Amino acid sequence: MNAKKKRRLAFAAALVLAGAGVAGVIVYGLGQNTMYFRSPSDVAAKMVGEGVAFRLGGLVEKGSLQHGAGAQVHFRVTDGNSSVSADYNGVLPALFREGQGVVATGRMDARGIFIANEVLAKHDEKYMPPEVVDALKRSGRWKEGSQ
Amino acid sequence: MIGELGQVSLCFALALSLVMAAAGLMGTQAPNAVARKLASSSAMGLLVFVGLAFGVLTYAFVVSDFSVLLVASHSHTLKPLVYKISGVWGNHEGSMLLWVLVLSLYAAMVAGLKRGGERLTSGALGMQGLLAAAFLLFILFTSNPFLRLDPTPFEGAGLTPLLQDPGLAMHPPMLYAGYVGLSAAFSYAAAALLVGEEGWARAARPFMLIAWIALTSGIALGSWWAYYELGWGGFWAWDPVENASLMPWLIATALLHSALATEKSGAFRTWTLLLAIAGFSLSLIGTFLVRSGVLSSVHAFASDPTRGFFIMVLIALAIGGALALFAWRAPTLQGGAAFAPVSRESALVLNNVFLVASCACVFVGTLYPLVLDAINGTKITVGPPYYALTFAPIFFALLVLVPFGPALGWKRGDLKAAWRSLYPALGLAAVAAIAILAIVSPRGLAATGAFAVAGWLIGASLLDIRKRRGARASAFAAALAHAGLGISLMGVAGTTAWRSEALAVLAPGQTMTVGPYTLRFDGVTEEKGPNYFADRAHIALMDGSRVKAMLLPEHRFYPAEGQDMNDTAIRTTGLRDLYLALGDDRGGGRFALRAYVSPLAPLIWLGGLVMALGGILSFWGRVRVKEAEPAAPAVALAAE
Repeated sequence: MNAKKKRRLAFAAALVLAGAGVAGVIVYGLGQNTMYFRSPSDVAAKMVGEGVAFRLGGLVEKGSLQHGAGAQVHFRVTDGNSSVSADYNGVLPALFREGQGVVATGRMDARGIFIANEVLAKHDEKYMPPEVVDALKRSGRWKEGSQ
Repeated sequence: MIGELGQVSLCFALALSLVMAAAGLMGTQAPNAVARKLASSSAMGLLVFVGLAFGVLTYAFVVSDFSVLLVASHSHTLKPLVYKISGVWGNHEGSMLLWVLVLSLYAAMVAGLKRGGERLTSGALGMQGLLAAAFLLFILFTSNPFLRLDPTPFEGAGLTPLLQDPGLAMHPPMLYAGYVGLSAAFSYAAAALLVGEEGWARAARPFMLIAWIALTSGIALGSWWAYYELGWGGFWAWDPVENASLMPWLIATALLHSALATEKSGAFRTWTLLLAIAGFSLSLIGTFLVRSGVLSSVHAFASDPTRGFFIMVLIALAIGGALALFAWRAPTLQGGAAFAPVSRESALVLNNVFLVASCACVFVGTLYPLVLDAINGTKITVGPPYYALTFAPIFFALLVLVPFGPALGWKRGDLKAAWRSLYPALGLAAVAAIAILAIVSPRGLAATGAFAVAGWLIGASLLDIRKRRGARASAFAAALAHAGLGISLMGVAGTTAWRSEALAVLAPGQTMTVGPYTLRFDGVTEEKGPNYFADRAHIALMDGSRVKAMLLPEHRFYPAEGQDMNDTAIRTTGLRDLYLALGDDRGGGRFALRAYVSPLAPLIWLGGLVMALGGILSFWGRVRVKEAEPAAPAVALAAE
C-alpha cells in the first residue's frame, strides 16, 4: 500500500511538473510570437519599432499603386489620417484594389517603408477585414453602412 | 409551400427531441421500461423529421426555389447541380441543419444498436435529445433556413466561388460527422455518470471510432482543399478555424487510446469520462469559433451577435453541466485497476499527457487573441512560429514514443524486450537519417530528425504487422494508423524543408525556372465557364525544346457573386508537386506567375488516408468478429 501511495505521489508530481513545463513553453511562445495589428496612424505615432513584425491594415490609397521591376509593387496604406508606404515583392491577391481594404504582414525598415512579406487575400468585394473597419472607426473615417 | 413543410418538420423534430430528452433521462431509473421505449422511438422519429426538413431544403436548392430566402441569397440557377446540393451546407443556416441531421443520425444509431445496458442507452438518448433540442431551438430562433422572401426574385445571389469546389461537397459533412460523433461519446459518458454503469467505454467505442475516422479524413480533406484552392501552396496555416478542428482530433485520439485501456484493463475510468466530455466540448467551441462570426475567414458565413450569444450559452450549459455531473458522480465510480510503471497502460498515460499538452498549446494560441481583444481591444495574431515552438516539439516527442506502446504488454511490460524488438525500426530510422544527410540538400537538422522519426514509426508499424500475421483485420489498425503518422510526417518535413518557390512577371514567350522545371508562358486566353469568366494562362512545361505538358492555371471572375478567385494548376508525380497560380495582370499581356515545387507534398494527405484506413480496419474487424462470436472476446481482440 505504501509503495502504491509513493508511486501515486511520484506520478502526480511528474504530471504537475509536465504541466508547469508546458505552461512555461506556452507563455514563452506567446511572448515571442504574437503579432500586433497596427493602423497607419499607429505607425505615424511611432508605436511600431523598426524590424518588428506586425500586421498593417487600412485602405489602399487611391492612385498609389506602382509596379516596379519584376514582381515588385509599391502602394500606400491609409486610414484617412495617416498613410504608410509599402513595398511588396509578390503576387497581389485577386481583389487588391485601390480604395479597398487591405491587411498586410511585414516590418518597417530604416527608411520608414513597410516591407510586406504577405498581403492577405480578400475573396469578396463586399468583405472588409474587421481590423480595418476598427482602424477606420478610430480615425473617424468609417461611415456606418458605407460598405 | 415546400418551405412550410420544412418549417413544420423542424417543429415536430423539436417536440420529439424534448420527448426523447425527458423519456431518456426518466429511463435511467430501473422501472421505467416504457420511457426507454419512448426514447428509442422518438430518436427514430427525430431522424425522420430532421431528414425531411433537410430533404426539403435540398429540394429547394436543387430546383432553385428563390421564394426561400436562404436559397435566393446562396444559390443561382446557373450553378452546376453538385454545387447546388453542396450549397445547402455552404451557408450558416444550412450547415447548422446538417449539424442537427448528423446528431439525429447518431441518436438513431444509439437507439438502434442498443450497445451497453438499457439504462445506459436510455441515458445516452436523453443527453442526445437535450443536445438536439438545444440546436433545434437555435435553428428555429436564430438561423431558420426556411424564411420566406417576398417578392420572389428571378435570380439568386450565388455561392462564394471558393466554396464551389468538390472539396466543399465532402469537407463539411465529414467534419460534422466527426464533431457530432463525439456527441455520442459525450452522451454515453454523461449517462455512465448518471447510472454508474460500467462498460460505457465499450458501448461508445464505435462512435468514438467513427468520429475519429471522420475527423481525420475531414481535416486531411480540408488541408488538401486549402492547398490547391487558396493559391499560396501551403497545407496548414494555423488558422483559428483549422485549429478548431485539430483540437477535437487531438482529444479524440487521446480518448480512443484511453478508452482502450478502460475497456481492456479497467484503468483510467474517470479520466476517460473526462476526455469524452472534453472532446465534445472542444467540438462545441469549434462550432462557436466558426459559426459565431468572432473570426473572419472563409468559414465565417455570418456575424450575428445573437447567434454567438446563443451558442455561447449552449456551450456554457453543456460543458458546465457535464463537468458538474462529473464532479458530483465521478467519486462514486470504482477506482482504476493497478498497473506497473512499465506497461501498455503507462505508455497510454504518456500518449494522453502529450496529446492533451499539445492540444493545450493549440487551445491557448487560438483563444488568447480573442480573449485579449475582448478584454482591452488589443488586436493580435498568433502565427505559425508560436506553434513551431510549442506544439511541434511536444507532438514530435509523442511520435518518438509511439512505437513503444504496442510493443509493451498490458499490466506489466518488459522495456528491454520492447527495445530489442524495435531494433530493426531503429535501423530504418538510421538509414533514413543517413540517406537524407548523404543524398539530399539542403540537409537541415529538422528534416533529418523528422525523416528518422518517420522511419522509426513506419519500421515499428511493419514489425507490428509482421508480429500479428494471420490475426484478424482489427489487429492491424494501430500499426496502420501509426504508419500513417509517419507518412504524413515525411510529407510535412519534405515540403517544409525542400519547397522551392519562384515568382516572375512574364510576357508571352518568356520562360522561368522553378526547382528542376523550366516553364514557358504562352499567353492568356479568355474562357467562359458555366457561371464564371476566366483568364486562362497557357504554361508549357519544357523538356529541352520539347513541350512535355501544358498547365492551365486560371483566374476566374464570378459575376453573380462579384468575386474573383484563382484556380491553380498542379502536376504531380505522386512524390513531387509542381504547383502554378496565376497572379495579377501587369499590363501589355504580361502576367505575374507564382510557381512552387513541393517535394513529397502528396504524402501529407496519403498519410491521413492511411490513418483513417487504420480506423476503418479496427471498426470493420470488430463488427465481423461480433457476428462470429460473443461480444467479449471480440472487444479484447480489437483492443490489442
